[in-house]
Amino acid sequence: MWDYTKKVFDHFKNPRNVGEIENPDAIGEIGNLVCGDALKLTLKIEKETEKILDAKFKTFGCVSAIASSSALTEIIKGKTLKEAVKTTNNEIAEYLGGLPDEKMHCSVMGMEALLAAEKNYRGIKPISSASGFAEKTVCKCFNVSESKILKAIESNNLKTVEEITNYTKAGGGCGKCKGEIEKIVANYWEKKERKKFSSMTVVEKIKHIENVLSEKVNPKLKKDGGWVELVDLNGNIIKVRFMGVCSGCPSSGQTLKNVVEKELREKVDKALTVVT
Amino acid sequence: MKKEKIIYLDNNATTKVDLKVVREMTPFFTELYGNPSSMHFFGGKVQAHLDTARLRIANLLGAKPEEIIFTSCGTESDSTAIFSAIRVNPEKKHIITTVVEHPGILNVCKYLESFKGYKVTYLKVDAEGRISLDELKGAITEHTAIISIMWANNETGVIFPVEEAAKIAASRNVLFHSDAVQAAGKLPINLENSKIDLLSVSGHKIHAPKGIGALYIRKGTIFAPFLIGGHQEKGRRAGTENVPYIAGLGKAAELAAKNLKKENSYVKKLRDKFEQGVLKTIKNVRINGQGADRLPNTSNISFEYVEGESILIFLSEKGICASSGSACASGSLDPSHVLLSMRVPLTFAHGSIRFSFSVYNTEDEVDFVLKELPAIIKKLRIISPFAEGKPLFGEVKTES
Repeated sequence: MWDYTKKVFDHFKNPRNVGEIENPDAIGEIGNLVCGDALKLTLKIEKETEKILDAKFKTFGCVSAIASSSALTEIIKGKTLKEAVKTTNNEIAEYLGGLPDEKMHCSVMGMEALLAAEKNYRGIKPISSASGFAEKTVCKCFNVSESKILKAIESNNLKTVEEITNYTKAGGGCGKCKGEIEKIVANYWEKKERKKFSSMTVVEKIKHIENVLSEKVNPKLKKDGGWVELVDLNGNIIKVRFMGVCSGCPSSGQTLKNVVEKELREKVDKALTVVT
Repeated sequence: MKKEKIIYLDNNATTKVDLKVVREMTPFFTELYGNPSSMHFFGGKVQAHLDTARLRIANLLGAKPEEIIFTSCGTESDSTAIFSAIRVNPEKKHIITTVVEHPGILNVCKYLESFKGYKVTYLKVDAEGRISLDELKGAITEHTAIISIMWANNETGVIFPVEEAAKIAASRNVLFHSDAVQAAGKLPINLENSKIDLLSVSGHKIHAPKGIGALYIRKGTIFAPFLIGGHQEKGRRAGTENVPYIAGLGKAAELAAKNLKKENSYVKKLRDKFEQGVLKTIKNVRINGQGADRLPNTSNISFEYVEGESILIFLSEKGICASSGSACASGSLDPSHVLLSMRVPLTFAHGSIRFSFSVYNTEDEVDFVLKELPAIIKKLRIISPFAEGKPLFGEVKTES
């Protein structure tokens, strides 16, 4: 049996704000029967202040899905729409005293329904139907897009495929997309790391550059019998020395730009220049 | 303390241990605690009880005592059978099983597929959960090491024609194993007249305790042990015998053999009454595997537009214990592999509950569940955005 909190059980057994508002000002719909859970959120919004006067939900799903929906409506009632959409899935989970890891996707569903309702209120149609350009679906079993995965990574600091499955369901069906998810999460953190280059200390910068040289650059050069060493770092200018057969090789100038500099710009910082 | 009300309708998960079984086991903890392998009279005394237990389980299965070895559980019996077959046929790299097997078989096959270079054929099932013997015939090749088909499915109770399947296997000289964990004690089994080579049994499904199982190995079957060590079980399963539990399993087998007919007609009556009651009081339900031969005690019911875990928790509030093939309850994200392979529509599959009865259940209990269940389904359908057969939004993919 899942380790649900008392509060989760309370919101499951006595869900607040069940139903549908007649003539709602905003509707947010998320999920479907294939996924095994779905939430329809309807809102009454005061025009002048954009204050959420009332919120009601209908949910198809498990204990934590129903409890998360109920919690969501309680959290957002009385807030302005602008304030309300800042609600994160973590706040929903915290409101319930926490959710089991495997059930975090239920809180994500609540947050998504709210964002869908805001879009609906502001007259923004979902991307897929507005432009005929559907967003890239990563997980076909549960219809999870790349942007949903990235958002979950960002707001919940996710590091592994398993965590992403817990929060978004992606990868939890046939599992074929797990490789792709792994790439998405690796790319995300790699980019994040890269942004930090300018704020690194000198030692961190040197270590990072040496790491890229030994893991990305030198394996390529060693195929031809050479390698490269870091000599100095001055601002954004990196000085290196060619070793082995590369030293004195007539095409080493090309290698310097097309291999060494290219890799370092990609993996470390765009602004870098490499010289010998 | 107030005694909790428990209506236990989860007997395919595990069963209550019969008091007669407990009584049979007790002396082996404190009085007859000798090691049956010991040379002294005290060990010999215990050995005699092992023989009795072996005879009792053999009688339940229509087998000879020397064809039975004791294991720690159904899963160990399953693993022993498959690994033995592939070890004695090292050149054969193909296995046939079904898509609806218990993880005890399914995950062994997937392991062999992923890491040991085996090819596995998973026989499909139709909408009622039945396999096709023609498909089996077509799947056998000269490389097939073993065919493993469960006697009855744990989720739906659907019974498979294992005796015919075993004949087909024998005619092609392929070993045949059946996971009979759900069938033993519920269906008459007579292995003497069958071509089945290996068969798994579990104690805790037949009112013996958890942690004891048995494996039938047809006389003459070339066999390689799973646990290697001492000479116990004639070298077929090393490790000191779990004497109290073996005695318990023996007693449970004796009781099952004696009462099988009577108990089953009683249990079937309860199950049928329950199903008729559900169909009468709740709309948009389906009984999975209803068109097939089923175990007399199992009822797998799907309630459309609601989710299984939610139903289970509300039932649990009332003291009613059942289980669900629903994704959310199990921790996986897809609904039961058994129901999906039967192509149960997704509108139903997520809301599937398995009720499994035993001789300890009563008509009053069935009446109580029938009284509570409609209100639970109604409450969840009010919360559900998919009202009365009509989804309000979203694309609903239902498979035929």
